Amino acid sequence: MSTPFYVSPQQAMADRAEYARKGIARGRSVVVLQYRDGILFVAENPSRALHKVSEIYDRIAFAAVGKYNEFENLRIGGVRYADLRGYTYHREDVTARGLANVYAQTLGTIFSSVGEKPYEVELIVAEVGDAPTDDQIYRLPHDGSIVDEHGSVAVGGDADRISGRLDRDHRDDMTLGEALRLAVRSLARDPNGNERELTADQLEVAVLDRTRPQQRKFKRLSGEPLERLLAETAGDDDSGDDSGEPAAAPGGGAEETGAGKKDTKGKDEGKGEGKAGDGEE
Amino acid sequence: MTANFRDGGRLPAAFLTPGSSSFLDFLSDHAPEQLPGNRPLPPVKGPVEAPHGTTIVALTFDGGVVLAGDRRATMGHMIAQRDIEKVFPADEYSAVGIAGTAGLAVELVKLFQLELEHFEKVEGDTLSLEGKANRLSAMIRGNLGMAMQGLAVIPLFAGWDVERSRGRIFSYDVTGGRSEEHGFAAVGSGSIFARGALKKLHREDLTEERAATVAIQALYDAADDDSATGGPDLTRRIFPIISVITGDGHRRLPEAEVSELARAVLDGRLQLPNGPQAPVL
Repeated sequence: MSTPFYVSPQQAMADRAEYARKGIARGRSVVVLQYRDGILFVAENPSRALHKVSEIYDRIAFAAVGKYNEFENLRIGGVRYADLRGYTYHREDVTARGLANVYAQTLGTIFSSVGEKPYEVELIVAEVGDAPTDDQIYRLPHDGSIVDEHGSVAVGGDADRISGRLDRDHRDDMTLGEALRLAVRSLARDPNGNERELTADQLEVAVLDRTRPQQRKFKRLSGEPLERLLAETAGDDDSGDDSGEPAAAPGGGAEETGAGKKDTKGKDEGKGEGKAGDGEE
Repeated sequence: MTANFRDGGRLPAAFLTPGSSSFLDFLSDHAPEQLPGNRPLPPVKGPVEAPHGTTIVALTFDGGVVLAGDRRATMGHMIAQRDIEKVFPADEYSAVGIAGTAGLAVELVKLFQLELEHFEKVEGDTLSLEGKANRLSAMIRGNLGMAMQGLAVIPLFAGWDVERSRGRIFSYDVTGGRSEEHGFAAVGSGSIFARGALKKLHREDLTEERAATVAIQALYDAADDDSATGGPDLTRRIFPIISVITGDGHRRLPEAEVSELARAVLDGRLQLPNGPQAPVL
């Protein structure tokens, strides 16, 4: 009988993280950003049936990148968790924080258990509050850490560069149209710096709209209303924006919030903030 | 408690198992003790005294369907509650009204609403109207044990069939047997009198407002002859609950609107106490 080859725990974990990150980096990105009346989700997704953004509960939505079957599984688990909790207690008792914790525990256990392959997913759980200051956005990388995000966040293949662009141009008081066009502009730039044209058909867009009279605040935007929002005064915000572009693209991505790639850092932050609760960044 | 996870906060395997899109099925597998019909009852002699809800009426009109209920709950000969609500939206295109044991009914409606919402979230699409009616059927059958002990719950289900573009009504018996009603239906202790009134007043070409008035007339006739049904209460400003479902979705008529219609009905009854008269031939 041969002795198993020794692999140090650090190396084993690094390999697993590397494996998961590669899987996630293959997919197109999803961006989530706050606007005046809620939270906007934009994904590049040509499919009408396979969603990257979905409703979980009244005020909570879910966005994911990575392997479809894995995040779909987590999404359904989350819907079941939320519905059971709301049924057992009350609808108000279902919170994004609770859900994010459950996801983090699930992802963390899978990540560190030797028997299972790590999930190649990165999730976002967001909850819209009564006021913009009550909005919550949690990013959950593949290893079970939680990062409390504010303003805007991107996950997926080109997340660093995209979140760099988002951070630079994002304001909390943007209208839906402004936020949408910013999101699309950031998604439309490919890694080589070329601008692509993203049409309404290639986008999956949804909002958690706090002004919606219904109890369920989640709403998908598609077809004609989406095209109208994309077209509306598109010239205005492009002109103000392009001037600063070339300088920010190379530098910005590296130093601003490390989304996805810088894992060890994200992990440490995540653990701390997860415990502290509503920790400010 | 099933909503609090024991195994370290991770989603239990049942949550991540692919399978049914039904919350009811999930609940029966994972937490059967939480099903309303599944709680063991101690053996009792004679009927159990618990508040009972009474009359619900429904009728179709040109472009939709109206579901309405009085506000009284009785316990034996006593009025248990004057302002109970027995008509609920089930989802965007349907509503359910319940006669029978009030406590169980409210719980059953909560579960039914959740069942439809859960399916919609998991599948990304809504059930057909018949599908919804069948789910309700299954839930009523699950309550048969309770019904045998005198705690029956009998719903009336009305909705807009998006596929066929018309309003439809389904009635149920205590074993969950379902039948589609054409034009109008009534359940509960005052249903005999209400159905008589509906028979004389219902026409397919009613407008929404006329249909709501017919519902109030029918409930008035039920309250007139059945002691367990409450009529409009002007002194306390308690009026029937009226849900209107059209192609635009579910809408509960605001109190001001219902009070206006109810006053008009009462004014008419001051002249003709038995209500509007139908031609003999």
